[in-house]
Amino acid sequence: MNAETFGSVRRFLPQIVALVAILAINTAMFPGFLDITVQNDRLYGSLIDILNRGAPVALLAIGMTLVIATKGIDLSVGAVMAICGAVAASEVASGGSVAAAVSAALVVGVACGAWNGMLVAVLGIQPIVATLILMVAGRGIAQLITEGVILTFNNEGLAFFGSGSIFALPVPVLLWIGMGLLVAFVVRRTALGLLIEAIGVNRRAATLSGVNSRVLLITVYMVSGLCAAIAGIIAAADIRGADANNAGLWLELDAILAVVLGGTSLLGGRFTLLGSLIGAMIIQSINTGILSSGFPPEFNLIIKAVIILLILVIQSPALRTFLVFWRAPKEEVFDKEQSAP
Amino acid sequence: MNSRYLPLAATTAIFVIAYALCYAQFPAMLSTRVIGNLLTDNAFLGIAAVGMTFVILSGGIDLSIGSVIAFTTVFIAVVLANSSMHPLTVFALALVITTLFGATMGAIIHYLEMPPFIVTLAGMFLARGMAFVLSTDSIPIAHEFYGVLQSLYWRMPGGGRLTLIGGLMLLVFIAGMVLAHRTRFGANVYALGGGIATARLMGVSVGNTTIAIYALSGLLAGLSGIVFSLYTTAGYSLAAVGVELDAIAAVVIGGTLLTGGSGFVAGTLLGILIMGLIQTYIIFDGTLSSWWTKIVIGVLLFVFIFLQKGILWATARKAAVPENAHGR
Repeated sequence: MNAETFGSVRRFLPQIVALVAILAINTAMFPGFLDITVQNDRLYGSLIDILNRGAPVALLAIGMTLVIATKGIDLSVGAVMAICGAVAASEVASGGSVAAAVSAALVVGVACGAWNGMLVAVLGIQPIVATLILMVAGRGIAQLITEGVILTFNNEGLAFFGSGSIFALPVPVLLWIGMGLLVAFVVRRTALGLLIEAIGVNRRAATLSGVNSRVLLITVYMVSGLCAAIAGIIAAADIRGADANNAGLWLELDAILAVVLGGTSLLGGRFTLLGSLIGAMIIQSINTGILSSGFPPEFNLIIKAVIILLILVIQSPALRTFLVFWRAPKEEVFDKEQSAP
Repeated sequence: MNSRYLPLAATTAIFVIAYALCYAQFPAMLSTRVIGNLLTDNAFLGIAAVGMTFVILSGGIDLSIGSVIAFTTVFIAVVLANSSMHPLTVFALALVITTLFGATMGAIIHYLEMPPFIVTLAGMFLARGMAFVLSTDSIPIAHEFYGVLQSLYWRMPGGGRLTLIGGLMLLVFIAGMVLAHRTRFGANVYALGGGIATARLMGVSVGNTTIAIYALSGLLAGLSGIVFSLYTTAGYSLAAVGVELDAIAAVVIGGTLLTGGSGFVAGTLLGILIMGLIQTYIIFDGTLSSWWTKIVIGVLLFVFIFLQKGILWATARKAAVPENAHGR
């Protein structure tokens, strides 16, 4: 147990160091960054804000991690967020109950995922192309639902998912942590995670050895759709309205980035949910840090780009081969390969 | 007919049928005015899509072009506003920067063996960020040379105008076709799309070709940015958001396989015209909302990918038949 804990800490060391370093820089530039206060029975502070604002990307990253583990990619999650937010908002705006709105949004999200999964698993279309269809058409569909306007609502029950709090913690934080724990539990306490990784390594080989890769792939895309639906509900509840044009815009790229930052390779075959969630928090810490330090937000994207490039260069197979070649003893090389994230 | 031409034939058929249907409802759709506007309005997208075609033919993808277009427009506007440089000099400077930008991405993809998707994603953030750093405001361009360029057009019979930028797009497409189908570089691009290991065995210089492909995409995105700045007479860092997706969609609708190795530059022109036609139809109709464009393009994407799958499947089956017959 002790060795296991030590191993998992060492495995996420680069990510944890990056997160701590960014938080330390934020604290240095913005005194009071770490302060957490209680107002109206709810926790406030920059750290809570990071956990709260990072909820959509963290949720998307959970589904995206599984999809990328199968050597796929889901470009449609931002558009699915917009669709599901629109569905939930239009349901309560037309007098429906909160339960009906949320379940309708979740069903639509899972259906979107099933569509993507069908294209990938049954028709054998490359994931990037298959999900591009819904990425392009999805915003059109969301606009169709909201009839081209920002559909606002005054339902406190639905708004609770964006601004409410339970046990002093904002609801979005509980949602992403809960979803992360649930998915991690399901894939890691059963053989599902291993089977997903087997598909990512070699789908044909996995199928031949008895993995029902078709059903599993569709399920993975459905989980991604479900995560996007929850993120869409949060985004709509947060502004008390569904914005078909801007809800989840470019979040698919942030989610992919969070997964890659977390140490999951885009080539599939292995994944780490915890790493992806840390990755999502790294991205949000950068965003919040830049905003709260008074640094011009224009630099946000450049800093992001530089960080991606740095981490990718470190992860790149070419550099790794070079380093392995460079390092002398063979056992150590083997050890490094094993512990690589 | 060679099965390689089937997607292109299908695209052509769909374009002709769609235009005929539009013409049946609105006879004015066939006027040279509408055709001239179709070319002018889609010029920047078409030019960028030519670069995207080469990238996709080689089996890659370039997500950075929309940001590069925005960067180019802001760069031109800022330099023109703050210096007395002639626009032509500024254009040349912008093209050098965007070409180097593309070449750098190509070099990273090749030498660090990283997926093009994530490298060009970083490039997308970087170029958009650079545009933001230059200016977050929309800067109007008031140089008199812009007025001269905009007044250049050829009046077609029927009163339509073939503007400078519309004509430029057609020239870029012709150059792209020559480059893809009549040069050594074009052959190398197709070879790369067929498989990097095979291409290497064939003696293709994989590194140089990869860098040249992304440099070409950067160059054309820069040219597209110049055209966009002529089209809007302004530089704006939030311009051309999502153009990379439109370009990818045009390439796919044009019959190019996203796995690389098969497709035609001419198909991309048809893809652009089909997308422009949908928009023109929506404007003519007046009751349809703009979001139908996105939905129809999504449906078309699906139809074409499905069609390509079918053709590939049929060809694979056809290829397998003689082998079996021989075995017996």
